[in-house]
Amino acid sequence: MQRAGKLVIRRLIGSIPVLLIVLVGTFFLLELASGDAVDAYLVSSGGGDAALVEALRADWGLDQSPITRLGLYLWNIAHLDFGHSVLLNRPILDVVLERLPNTLLLMGSAVALSFGIGSLLGIVAGSRPGSARDRLLSIGSLALYAVPSFWLGLVLVVVFSVQLRWLPLSGIETLASGKAGLDRAWDILRHLVLPVGALALIYLALYLRLMRAGMVEVWRQDFVLAARAKGLSRRRIVWRHVARNALLPLITMLGLQSATMLGGSVVIESVFSIPGLGRLAQEAVSGRDTPLLMGIIVISAVLVIVTNLIVDVVYAMLDPRVGASEASA
Amino acid sequence: MSLVARFTRSPEGLFGAAVLAALIVIALGAPFLFPRDPLSIVGPPLTAPFTDWALPLGTDRLGRNVLAELVHGSRASLLVGFAATLAAIIIGASVGTIAGFAGGLVDEALMRVVDAFQTVPGFLLALAFVSVIGASLPVVVLAIALSAWTGPARLARAEVLSLRERDYVAAARVIGMHPAEIAFRQILPNALAPVLALSAVIVAGAILTEAALSFLGLGDPNIVTWGSMIAEGRAVLRSSPFLSIIPGIALVVTVLGVYLFGEGLSEALSRRAVRS
Repeated sequence: MQRAGKLVIRRLIGSIPVLLIVLVGTFFLLELASGDAVDAYLVSSGGGDAALVEALRADWGLDQSPITRLGLYLWNIAHLDFGHSVLLNRPILDVVLERLPNTLLLMGSAVALSFGIGSLLGIVAGSRPGSARDRLLSIGSLALYAVPSFWLGLVLVVVFSVQLRWLPLSGIETLASGKAGLDRAWDILRHLVLPVGALALIYLALYLRLMRAGMVEVWRQDFVLAARAKGLSRRRIVWRHVARNALLPLITMLGLQSATMLGGSVVIESVFSIPGLGRLAQEAVSGRDTPLLMGIIVISAVLVIVTNLIVDVVYAMLDPRVGASEASA
Repeated sequence: MSLVARFTRSPEGLFGAAVLAALIVIALGAPFLFPRDPLSIVGPPLTAPFTDWALPLGTDRLGRNVLAELVHGSRASLLVGFAATLAAIIIGASVGTIAGFAGGLVDEALMRVVDAFQTVPGFLLALAFVSVIGASLPVVVLAIALSAWTGPARLARAEVLSLRERDYVAAARVIGMHPAEIAFRQILPNALAPVLALSAVIVAGAILTEAALSFLGLGDPNIVTWGSMIAEGRAVLRSSPFLSIIPGIALVVTVLGVYLFGEGLSEALSRRAVRS
């Protein structure tokens, strides 16, 4: 456990410069956007005279040099002040934290489903590399990976909501249904089937291919030969020796993919009108609320860093070789 | 055996190459096949596909020819896919080469920038970039390149790190060649092969990202794209689902063609590596 603790501290320190670069980048994009917070405020409040504009600019520090403003921006964010959303007239952090659980639920279910099914199918494909079954699964997964997620979502809607009427069209739950407890959970589950299905179907291809490629590598190793020489059954070699060793790279991929998954949820959430982080980003774009958009980007970056940290710790717990040298260094 | 000969031995690669060649012909021939503006109105709205021979794929909500839109849409997808990949590889290979060759503090700083770009979800970054600067084709290309250059950068750096200790690099140093010339004329060309093997994946990703951006209304409004066609059709998804489904099939075929071509290419490349 001490090893994991040291790993966490090292990674946290390492992520500080990365986060700083992200913040400088978002500040730069905010500067590029036409108009500043005062303009946005005046639009939402109905305007004001030149004296008010001057006073507000001085008050919010917008008349300072870019360097001073960057400092102010970093200072504010260090105090968890992400600014004010003009579009929704609320603090950005509050809005984002309110939407975050829906996105996490969507992503978490999609990751769990695609990881589980993808790695199982990868084992099926990789247990006999080069067989007809393997080729079929490999080509099939490539075809799935070529499908745009938003289009797959729409096709699923046409089939399951419009034609068959089995599942709800959009949203995260039935509005104002007054449902509670298990009823509500069932309702949310029904709403999640299509968006989670669309995301998971596409991402499972990735885990399938990675698992298969890993197993092909492991088959060549000496210990597999030794297992064969011992006369172990093929089933036992596949599950206990080959698949187990091929699984570790998939866990790394979980962390690496977290940024991509978050990006993918933007489009899926707008297809299914799920009030999550992605839908919020799209609202920010169409409402020209650049500070809100930048807030979402910074918070997603933090989310990705935290996810990778968790993945690293899990990896270190599963594989004793990892992090041992780092901890002793 | 040449690379081309090895490539022709992979059925997947050949299929992908055929799909891509057909698409390029269609994209280049679009102005001759359908000389009229694909956004002009040619018939009654919402004609179903396969009912009118003049309009084989029917018309959309505004009575525009779906086949003409589809053919012209291939131009945007292919153009953005190839241009964004080219930009991503140029940026990535340059940054990776400088980082790997310079080493030390420069390497450290550049790699933290790469980390930062990988920490921000690529699609969100592209979305923000386009919405701040304004949607046009070059901006979309740059936005996609910005979210795709980190892979080539990491790969190029790893290659350069292994190449820079070779004897021929030492020889170049001894004859007094400028470090920049060593990095970009001696090392980079040799580091490029594995980076190019990655290009098919980047092209495919770029085409999908472009489609998603224009689906969300962030594409160039004056150009037909498959993503904007899907978004258009969404308004009448219940009555005329074909309007959204047809351009999606075109996207799947295109991206699959790129993937298969890439598979064939990397197979051909790895066969050479095994032989040498």
